[in-house]
Amino acid sequence: MEVSRHWRLQKQRYQLVGETCDNCGVKLFPPRDVCLECEAPAYELFTFAGTGEVYSFTTVYDAPAGFEGMAPYMMAMVKLDEGPIVTAQLTDVWPGDVEIGTRVEMVTRKLRTDGDEGMIVYGYKFRPMLEAIA
Amino acid sequence: MNENDPIMRPDRPVGIVGYGAYVPRYRIAAESISQMWTMGAGGTPVKEKSVNSLDEDVATMSIEAARNAMNRAQIDPQELRAVWVGSESHPYAVKPTSTIVAEAIGAVPNTQAADWEFACKAGTEAMQAAIGLVGSGMGKYALAIGMDTAQGRPGDALEYTAAAGGAAILIGPAAESAVIINGSYSFVTDTPDFWRREHAMYPSHGDRFTGEPAYFKHVLGAAEVMMEAMNMTAADYDWAVFHQPNVKFPSRAGQMLGFSAEQMKPGLLAGVIGNTYSGSSIIGLTGILDVAQPGDRILMVSYGSGAGSDAFDLSVTDKIDDIRNRAPGVQQYIARRKEIDYATYTRYRGKIKMS
Repeated sequence: MEVSRHWRLQKQRYQLVGETCDNCGVKLFPPRDVCLECEAPAYELFTFAGTGEVYSFTTVYDAPAGFEGMAPYMMAMVKLDEGPIVTAQLTDVWPGDVEIGTRVEMVTRKLRTDGDEGMIVYGYKFRPMLEAIA
Repeated sequence: MNENDPIMRPDRPVGIVGYGAYVPRYRIAAESISQMWTMGAGGTPVKEKSVNSLDEDVATMSIEAARNAMNRAQIDPQELRAVWVGSESHPYAVKPTSTIVAEAIGAVPNTQAADWEFACKAGTEAMQAAIGLVGSGMGKYALAIGMDTAQGRPGDALEYTAAAGGAAILIGPAAESAVIINGSYSFVTDTPDFWRREHAMYPSHGDRFTGEPAYFKHVLGAAEVMMEAMNMTAADYDWAVFHQPNVKFPSRAGQMLGFSAEQMKPGLLAGVIGNTYSGSSIIGLTGILDVAQPGDRILMVSYGSGAGSDAFDLSVTDKIDDIRNRAPGVQQYIARRKEIDYATYTRYRGKIKMS
């Protein structure tokens, strides 16, 4: 496992840190330094609130290498409230818990582990919103 | 400062400016464990216990509790000078859990970070250190977490209760606090009631030795010194919470000290979540803070095998009403339960050997 690559991605994986475009205000996730709308440079960091809704979802039974231990699990395209769509695992969900439009929030979970002795990689997943009693 | 006073009181008044609980979604009924190993014979020490998901460990659970505490306090994470995680199930043997939590809540790099261990009282131990750090003026805020994904040997008495969960307690200046810390006290001896050796998967314990000479001696010892020093009787407190390895021990300890079932009710969660080890007494405290009123007085006593108890005398301020609803209460986490069977539990807890 490439330890340095995972370390470089920590900010976006732990806190949903993306970027915002100075020129047109569009929010970008993951950070890519160039605005997808107006092609202007976009370097300013922006931390997403971590809330959004399920745009689409599916269940993975035949998982890629490194994720077999989690299968079956649900993947979703989540439309963040600030605009971008992010692809991520859903967690703490069972069939029937999720439909298109379900409100979800970001949580930090284990993404994968490198065997019994390697590093543990943490990052964002989404789960149905657990509202504070407002 | 009176040098003979066993009660620890900081130079500067400090309190709790934020708190956050976390309980995983899954539950296994004690009855399922009993069916598996004893054909359902005999009673069970709790109704059910919480079980962490496949993708949860002490780091991820601490992060969620910490975020709840930070949301309640609404302070800048860059003002934290300590992020301390007490646990007996840290994901790594070597590599701090606390740096992962500090990174995730945006507290790095200008902060202390360390992992604490003292069986079930590592969380309150971190709290006392945080009181010292803030109370001495070394830092404005310090975050103390007690969290566990406790290990229970299949078929052992502890398998019924060894659970997952805990809480984060954010210590800061008294003037900003929802709870004032009037004092704390530690009572420790070398008592071999429960341990886990290096590289061992499951803990060992001294069976009935875990009761009188261990739990009761330390919990009652700590509570009695604290109550006497504060000139308080059980009736003077509104609420009390004790370390809860099951429902019976804390209920009996409270009763022996003169507390009513009503005083212990909001903090006594073991019956529905099990024993969350390092998180056990402080998650109970969050249950009390979720319902406490300004002016209420609280006694909290933890217990850690090996052995020792930390006692805290606390007073709730009117700021509790401002912060309470800024994050989910512990009962909301308890209510999102999903029951799993013994087979699923063995998978989630990594008890199935794949190779």
